[in-house]
Amino acid sequence: MTSYLKTAAFAALSAMATPAFAQEAMSLDQKVNEAFAAATGPFVSLIFAPFPGTSFPWIVMWLVVAATIFTLYFGFVQFRFFGHSIGLVKGDYSDPNDAGEVSHFQALATALSGTVGLGNIAGVAVAVGIGGPGATFWMILAGLLGMASKFTECTLGVKYRNEYPDGTVSGGPMYYISKGFDELGLPGGKILAILFSVFCILGALGGGNMFQANQAHAQISSITGDYPGWITGIVFAAIVFAVIVGGVKSIAKVTEKIVPFMGIMYVGAALVILLVNYNMIGWAFGQIFAGAFTGLGVAGGFVGALIQGFKRAAFSNEAGVGSAAIAHSAVKTKEPITEGFVSLLEPLIDTVVICTMTALVIIISQQLIVDEATGNYMLNEAGSAIATVDGNTGVALTSAAFASGISWFPFVLAIAVVLFAFSTMISWSYYGLKAWTYLFGEGKTIELVFKIIFCVFIVIGAAASLGPVIDFSDAAIFAMAVVNIFCLYFLMKLVKTELASYSERLASGEIKKFEH
Amino acid sequence: MSTKLVIGLDGQSSGERALEFGAKLAEQIGSCELLVVYVIEWSPYSFQTAEENAQRHKRREEEISTARERVVDPAVAQLEAAGLTVTGMVRHGDVADTLNSVAKKEGAAQIVVARSTDKSLSKRIFGSSTATLVMEATVPVTVVS
Repeated sequence: MTSYLKTAAFAALSAMATPAFAQEAMSLDQKVNEAFAAATGPFVSLIFAPFPGTSFPWIVMWLVVAATIFTLYFGFVQFRFFGHSIGLVKGDYSDPNDAGEVSHFQALATALSGTVGLGNIAGVAVAVGIGGPGATFWMILAGLLGMASKFTECTLGVKYRNEYPDGTVSGGPMYYISKGFDELGLPGGKILAILFSVFCILGALGGGNMFQANQAHAQISSITGDYPGWITGIVFAAIVFAVIVGGVKSIAKVTEKIVPFMGIMYVGAALVILLVNYNMIGWAFGQIFAGAFTGLGVAGGFVGALIQGFKRAAFSNEAGVGSAAIAHSAVKTKEPITEGFVSLLEPLIDTVVICTMTALVIIISQQLIVDEATGNYMLNEAGSAIATVDGNTGVALTSAAFASGISWFPFVLAIAVVLFAFSTMISWSYYGLKAWTYLFGEGKTIELVFKIIFCVFIVIGAAASLGPVIDFSDAAIFAMAVVNIFCLYFLMKLVKTELASYSERLASGEIKKFEH
Repeated sequence: MSTKLVIGLDGQSSGERALEFGAKLAEQIGSCELLVVYVIEWSPYSFQTAEENAQRHKRREEEISTARERVVDPAVAQLEAAGLTVTGMVRHGDVADTLNSVAKKEGAAQIVVARSTDKSLSKRIFGSSTATLVMEATVPVTVVS
C-alpha cells in the first residue's frame, strides 16, 4: 500500500510543481470525459427515454408505479408494521442464543452506510437546484412508497440466499431471481439473474464508484483550489485498493466507525440551522407544497419538480434497485420477513429524514434566487436549472447552504463527503463483487480482476466532469431496477405468503419478544 | 438439590484466581455444580462492513471454538481432575450482562469473578466489566482480588 501512496503523492507534487504538466493533465481529464460520454451515451439515452410526446422518463414512472403497487399489495406494510420494525432493530425479538451473529441493527447499519452518502448531500442539491423546492415533496413521497419496495426485495434476499458449508453467505437479487423463478416453475430466471448481475456491476462502477469519486474530488478541490481530477482518483484508488485487495481492514474499520458519527453530525448541524431559523420552516414547507404542484417557474414546471424528486429519491435510497438485498442477506434470522421489516426503515431514514433535512437547509438558506416580481425561481443562463447565489450546483450548493448558517461547516462537510464517498465505494465494491462472482464463479483471481477494474474506474470517475458521470451512474443503477422490479412482480406472492403466516403467528403470540 | 456457582473467566491470570477460589468454595459447599463461563465481548450495535457481515457466522464459530480450546476446556479439565462437577460455556455479549443473565437463567447461588489486572485507559474511563457486574448483578457476586 505504501508504494501506491508514494506514487500518488509523487504524482500530486510533480503536477503542482509544473504548470505545463498540469495543463497536459487537464486535457487528459477532458479526453477521459469525452471518451466516457461517447461510450455511455446510447445506454443513458435508452434508460432515460421519455414517454413519446412527453419529457417524462419511463424509468421514473417504472419505479414509482412499482413502489405504489407493493404498498397496496402488502396493505401499507410500511405503516402497519412500523412499530414492529423498531422492535426488531432493538433486538426485542432476537434469540439471546444467537448473540454474536449479525444482528438486525448491524444489517441495517451496513445497508445504510452504503446508501447514506452523496445522494443525501449532492443528490438532493441537484434535485432542488433543478426541480426547485417542490422536488422535495415528491422525494418524500417516493421515500415513503419506496419502503414497500425495500421490504419486498430484502425479504426475498434473506429467503433465497446461499449459505455455504464454511458458514459464509451470499445473497441478493441474482439469487432470489434464479431460485424464486425455479420454485414458481417460471422460465428465464437464470437469464434475468445474469442480466441483473451485469447491470449491478455497471451500477457498482457508476453510482457506487465514479459518482462518489467525482463528487469527492469536487469537494476537495473546492477547498484546495482546482487541480486535475485524476490525482484525487489515484489517491482514492490506492486507498480502496489497499482495503479491498490488500485486506487492510483497519482503514475500513476506522471508516465504519467514523461514518455513523459523521451522519449524526450532519443531521445535527442541519437541525441546528433549522432551529435557529425555526420561523422560516413553515415558509419552507409552503415553498415545497407550492412548488410540488406548480413548479414555481422551474424548468419543466411541476413535472420537472416531480421527475427530479423521484429520480434523486430512488438514487439515494435505492429502493427497488436490489442493492440493499445484497447487504441485508447476511443477517441471522429464522424468519426472512423480519429483515424485510427492518429494511423498510432505510428509505425512511435516508430519504424522508436526511434528504429532507438537506433540502430544508438549502431552501431556508435562500441560495436559490427568487424573482421578486413573480415569486417564481429564476433560471440560469442555460435555462436548465435554478440560478443560485454563487452559481453553485451539487455538493457545492449544499456546502454553501450550510455555510450560511455555520460558517466553518464546509470543512466538516468536506471530510464527511470524502468519508461517505469512501464507505459507499467499499459497500458497492462488495455488491459489484457478488454480482461478478455470480457470473464468473468464486475464486481469488476472478475476484482480483473485478477489484482492479473497480479501482481503475475510481480514477476515471474523478477525472470526468459531473454531467456524463451522473447520467451514467443513474442509468446503470436504474437498469438494475428494471430487471429487479420486473422479477419482483412475479416473486411478490412468495413474500405475501410469508407476510400472512408471520402476521398470524405474531397476532396469536407464537412469535413473541425474548427476555433479555 | 446441589448449589450452582458461575465462574467468569477472562483468559488471563485473574480468571485463574477466580477458578481456584470457585473450586475451593465448591469443595466447602460439598454438593456443588460449577458453571465455567467465558464471554466474548460483542455488541449487536457495532458497525461492520458488508463483507464482515457475510463472514460473521463463520467467524463466530471460530471465536467459540478458539475460546473453548484455549480457555474453557482446560479450566473444565482442571476442575474435573479435582473431582468436581463442571460445565463449560462460551457466550457472546456484554461481559457483565451475560454473566448475570446466565446466572439468573441457571438459578446460580452466586457469581465468582476476579478483579481485572488490566489498567488500560479505557478501563479507567469506562470502568471494568467486574465493576459493572458488581453494580448491576441481581445475583450475589464474589470478587477475588
